Amino acid sequence: MSASNIPADLFYQSSHEWARIEGDVATVGISDHAQAELTDVVFVELPAMGKTVDAGDPTAVVESVKAASDIYAPLSGEVIEVNPAVEADPSLVNSDPYAAGWIFKLRLTKPDQVSSLLSPQTYAELLGS
Amino acid sequence: MSDLVLSSPLESAHLALGARLIPFGGWAMPVQYSSILTEHAAVRQNAGVFDISHMGQVFVSGTHSAEWLDSVLTNNFSQLLPGQGQYTLMLNEDGGVIDDMIAYKISETESLLVVNASMIAQDVAWLEKHLVAGVSLRNESSEWAGLAIQGPAAVEIFHQLFPQETLPPRNGIASLADGSIVCRTGYTGEDGYEFFCPAQQGIARFEQFIAAGAIPCGLGARDTLRLEMCYPLNGNDLSPKLSPLEAGLGFFCDLTKPNFIGLSALLSQKEQGLDVKLCAIELTEKGPPPRPHYPVLSAEGEILGELSSGVLSPTLGIGIAMAYLPARHSKIGTPLLIDIRGRHFKAVTVKKPFLKK
Repeated sequence: MSASNIPADLFYQSSHEWARIEGDVATVGISDHAQAELTDVVFVELPAMGKTVDAGDPTAVVESVKAASDIYAPLSGEVIEVNPAVEADPSLVNSDPYAAGWIFKLRLTKPDQVSSLLSPQTYAELLGS
Repeated sequence: MSDLVLSSPLESAHLALGARLIPFGGWAMPVQYSSILTEHAAVRQNAGVFDISHMGQVFVSGTHSAEWLDSVLTNNFSQLLPGQGQYTLMLNEDGGVIDDMIAYKISETESLLVVNASMIAQDVAWLEKHLVAGVSLRNESSEWAGLAIQGPAAVEIFHQLFPQETLPPRNGIASLADGSIVCRTGYTGEDGYEFFCPAQQGIARFEQFIAAGAIPCGLGARDTLRLEMCYPLNGNDLSPKLSPLEAGLGFFCDLTKPNFIGLSALLSQKEQGLDVKLCAIELTEKGPPPRPHYPVLSAEGEILGELSSGVLSPTLGIGIAMAYLPARHSKIGTPLLIDIRGRHFKAVTVKKPFLKK
């Protein structure tokens, strides 16, 4: 299997979500490794706008032909934006997991939780790459 | 049930192709190589090759073997001519399904049953229990590799690889000069054949079919292809507690035969009417893929049962599923709701199969 793409400017968690932190907003998606493991994503269930979640809460669902996988909030916050493009074309999660394939944005209520996320280096070690 | 996981004789070839293996019926088998959607499309549009080495081959021989098979299987086996095969079921005394299979008449005294991987041991034990003098069984399941070549280009691929040989007609069986067996059957709704050869030749044959243009396909695509055709999967859509009449497979049960195990139960069920029927269900709004065990409700919200199978149909682009529903809710066009993670999605019963060919 080819090595996964792990952008250096993102944070990760062991359940394979990534977070891009800009001020008090985190954009969340799934890693290249996760999309490769899932293969064909055929459905994305987005969270409701305004929903508040704690770090670790199942917040969205990504489904391949064979299985439904929960996407866990990496951080606590309020859902302030969801990506309608992945609802219309779920394959964006496969083809562009770190950009067009983002899933939701959170306004963080506990920004200091970022320190508990995995660095790109630690996530790469976790994947054994 | 043993925890032992069996390996296909083709396993090293699967791993070399990047396949992901999953447990299925006690075997480690490829679920996909590249992409289920790509593999599915290859079978619908061109040709795919599936490893079916996990399936069982049970040979039945003896002068009275056809007559005996008619006493343990639902379809009318005696009426087959040598070289013909048929879909058939093996039932318990209550009329519940033990297994579904294809039975081929090789000659008047030799027949082949191709059975589900997970059921080989139980099927053989059941058949042995009901064996009569003059009939013998040979379970050769571990000696054969099996390949299913399916799709509109499958026939052309056969002629390319075996220019001297002739494919049998639909549902037929033939032996090739090298001792391989080819059956004009499958589980996808496309033209094609199932090819059985000695296990040690399996990898070479698999690679030949791929070189001739068949795309290697896994169990993931096998499931989406068969469900588009409403072909049942034993363990999901068939059960020892449900009869083939309830499963909508009455066509494969000859109730005019003098006797077979389960016949009296089927006759009384037919007389009293069916309580439940296996229905084909389509989602009528955009929603998550339906999956086995999701609850099915009436339009008024009454729980009717659960899905036995369900996928997002790659060909049709909509959610398709099957479920046993009370007879009063089984009429084509009945509105239903599918509960997916607590949300209700609109669905309707439709005529089988989903894919009209």
